[in-house]
Amino acid sequence: MNIFRNVVFVAAIAGLLAGLVMTALQAYATVPLILEAETYESAGAGAAGHDHGEAAAGHSHDGAAAGHSHGGEAWAPADGFERSAYTALANIVTGIGFALLLVAVSEMAGGIANWRQGLFWGFAGFATFTLAPGLGLPPELPGMPAADLGARQVWWVATVAATAAGLALIALRRSAILAVIGVAVIVAPHIVGAPQPASHDTAVPAELHHSFVVAVTLTSLVFWLLLGAVAGALRGRFFAGTRAPQGSLA
Amino acid sequence: MNTASAAFDAQTSSQSRFMQLAMAALLGIFVIGFVGFSHMEVVHNAGHDYRHSMAFPCH
Repeated sequence: MNIFRNVVFVAAIAGLLAGLVMTALQAYATVPLILEAETYESAGAGAAGHDHGEAAAGHSHDGAAAGHSHGGEAWAPADGFERSAYTALANIVTGIGFALLLVAVSEMAGGIANWRQGLFWGFAGFATFTLAPGLGLPPELPGMPAADLGARQVWWVATVAATAAGLALIALRRSAILAVIGVAVIVAPHIVGAPQPASHDTAVPAELHHSFVVAVTLTSLVFWLLLGAVAGALRGRFFAGTRAPQGSLA
Repeated sequence: MNTASAAFDAQTSSQSRFMQLAMAALLGIFVIGFVGFSHMEVVHNAGHDYRHSMAFPCH
């Protein structure tokens, strides 16, 4: 289990660092926009309190009767420190999750040789998990209309999987035919198209949403580049026995 | 997946190596899926700002 243990060590350190930095970036760049959007949301929702998405019933997470209402019966962190603490926790935990994926997949391809190669791997992660799904499903603010959650999650996961497979075919195989197939696999989910809401009408101002899309994309870029660079820098310490073949990538 | 010591590290069979890497990748997918995609109301509320900030499909 040495390899598994080494992957977990590298991923834990890289994920912790990138998650902490991401939390700080979000606190300045994205969370204020989310809070601002929630003021429009609660203004538009009237007496229903904190109601997300279109007011119509059926838009609910767990099949509960009425629409999707936060802060009703289910627990939610209190605004302020508690809410920020859970955001930080989510950043760190998923940072480690993304790092596990990144390190495991890069080890299958021979391993990341150094921090500069790590940047390329990080950029691949950014393209896979932020750019590609964001084309069809741009980052949303609370109170914006959206299609059925399950359908969007399916499209999101399928797009991420297709983009990862396509990039692997392009970058890790030295074959023109496989590269063409890789491009086709990356493009395919966008031809199918992401699930869209019936109407895009929202009380959230377009400028606010635009700022949010830019903020989400750039913070994610920094997160992924840092994750890849740290993983690449740490690899030599933990995988001394299994040197990366130099020049396999980048 | 034997309990090989560090001395055997370099000789770990490629199949065992692949299995360990696959397990690590699956663990990562499970963690991301739980935090980012759970339909449980409590998990959703706790990770609300995170989900929006990472552009996960949220509500």
